Amino acid sequence: MIAAHLPALQVVVPLMAAPLCVLLRRPALAWALTLAVSWVVLAIAVLLLLQVLETGPVTYPLGNWAAPWGIEYRVDMVGAFVLVIVAAIGAVVTPFARRSVEHEIPRDRIYLFYAMYLLCLTGLLGIAITGDAFNLFVFLEISSLSSYVLIGLGKERRALTAAYRYLIMGTLGATFYLIGVAMMYMMTGTLNMADLATLMPAVADTRTILVALAFLTVGISLKLALFPLHLWLPNAYTYAPSVVTAFLAATGTKVAVYVLIRIFFTIFGGVEVFRINLIGDVLMGLAILAMVSGSAVAIYQNNVKRMLAYSSVAQIGYMVLGVSFATVTGLTGGIVHLFNHALIKCALFMALGCVFLRIGSVNIGDMAGLGRRMPVTMASFVVSGLSLIGVPLTVGFVSKWYLIQAALEKGWWPIAVLVLFSSLLAVIYIWRVVEVAYFRPAPEGGPAPAEAPLSMLVPMWLLTGASVYFGIDATRTLEVAGGAAAFLLKGTP
Amino acid sequence: MIFKAILRVVSKLLIPPIMLFALYVQFHGDFGPGGGFQAGVIFASAFILYALIFGIDNARKVAPAWATRTLLSLGLLLYASVGVAGILLGGNFLDYSVLADNPVIGQHLGITLIEFGVGATVSGAMITIFFIFAHQDG
Repeated sequence: MIAAHLPALQVVVPLMAAPLCVLLRRPALAWALTLAVSWVVLAIAVLLLLQVLETGPVTYPLGNWAAPWGIEYRVDMVGAFVLVIVAAIGAVVTPFARRSVEHEIPRDRIYLFYAMYLLCLTGLLGIAITGDAFNLFVFLEISSLSSYVLIGLGKERRALTAAYRYLIMGTLGATFYLIGVAMMYMMTGTLNMADLATLMPAVADTRTILVALAFLTVGISLKLALFPLHLWLPNAYTYAPSVVTAFLAATGTKVAVYVLIRIFFTIFGGVEVFRINLIGDVLMGLAILAMVSGSAVAIYQNNVKRMLAYSSVAQIGYMVLGVSFATVTGLTGGIVHLFNHALIKCALFMALGCVFLRIGSVNIGDMAGLGRRMPVTMASFVVSGLSLIGVPLTVGFVSKWYLIQAALEKGWWPIAVLVLFSSLLAVIYIWRVVEVAYFRPAPEGGPAPAEAPLSMLVPMWLLTGASVYFGIDATRTLEVAGGAAAFLLKGTP
Repeated sequence: MIFKAILRVVSKLLIPPIMLFALYVQFHGDFGPGGGFQAGVIFASAFILYALIFGIDNARKVAPAWATRTLLSLGLLLYASVGVAGILLGGNFLDYSVLADNPVIGQHLGITLIEFGVGATVSGAMITIFFIFAHQDG
């Protein structure tokens, strides 16, 4: 009986846990509940993925109102893959969170932190599961509003301005998305994505739909921080609490990329938008600019969190590049990079969380000699860093291999060269940290920082291990990502 | 403003009808204009008026932080529980028809409970937001 209701439970379980956290109030209880829920959510996501792999897309009409009148949850290969990414990151971040949150959040606000964290998880899962364009907007707002709060909880006062800036940009993005949805509704009279997809070819040539497409693309590009709309991201990631940065960097932008994919290949699936107008070219140009400029700016940052934030801008460029190819290989590369980059960035930001817990700073100058004082943490940073660069036998290599292949398939070798060039820039900024941590002597005097607690090291190494494991044996991830890409490019769902 | 006799008397007279009107909007929502959201805002406005006239500290005694937060969370829990009850009784999530023997009564019961949850959450949230801005007490 439960199996049939998994799509609803995926969203409802974390949604109900959030108010329970507020009622429990005690930090330890709130954390324990969050931990249990995040593992249940992961189990549901994995079961859904298996179900989709076995029997194809799963649908669930809420309140038993049949689509397209009612809201329909629809899990296909891409959706299930994104659900697993978000749920897995949530399940790994929660055990990590306990010590880090105790250190960075005032004690009387910890239960509110977990309530917001659960709401954010709810929103992100909801975006990936819903088959309704307006319902997606609602979940987008749930996840965004809670992430503004989470970012604003940062220790420094600058976290508030960072959160406020993100609020302005994020609200603009969400409003643009809503305007786009309203215009599509005006022309087709439906909000259901599958229904939109069937009705879209008949009205695709109208100016209204063209404008709607522009609003949708710009709105979601704001959310996913595509260059040059990324200006909110560096400060938000830098000043947010460590746990929040690790969680959002691995999930928030990925889900936004998923929405972009949904718009282009499901809603506009029957139209082949990339052939009839410039969107593909513009996205590709911006993706390449993001790749190169993000990596280049990252080199000059002294705050390592900010450095990784700029690196995220570059990595988002890779994902959008994969999408803009609109070929099976390119889209596979983009989708698999959602997963791979989530593993890498989450582990890297977790390592910085450990560093911040012990030395109270993430400035590169303060990390001198940490390679010897926190060997386990820094080793994880190095392995994940190598993966970020794209060294063979790591997940980063798998994604870049597919992107380069996709570029060469089309004969666009300059793009392949630029992907490699951007990876070389990543070598520079990762090396700067490694050099300081391993080859510079620790400062004299003062207490030597100890290694981070086990409850933080284990989740971090789980992700680091996964980023090597899926780098060596990428068959499972590529099977799902490739299947998802093929499914999306088939045209109408 | 506690020294302005007219304001004090008029608001004392007004607050009970405001609350009553909120409940009318709440329970009449499925027949006429209104519903949980509007009712919640009207209900909260009674507390806000009280706080404006008699001061934040007095209002905080009537509606302490823990109470408004509890109200807020219970509302959301009620909403979600009605949905889960639909699953447990053999329907889909938020399927009201299975809540009673007669689907029409079930739909009625479902939407009334859902709207009540919305009303509780909205009024809790409105009061909390007002107090946080007015008092800066988190």
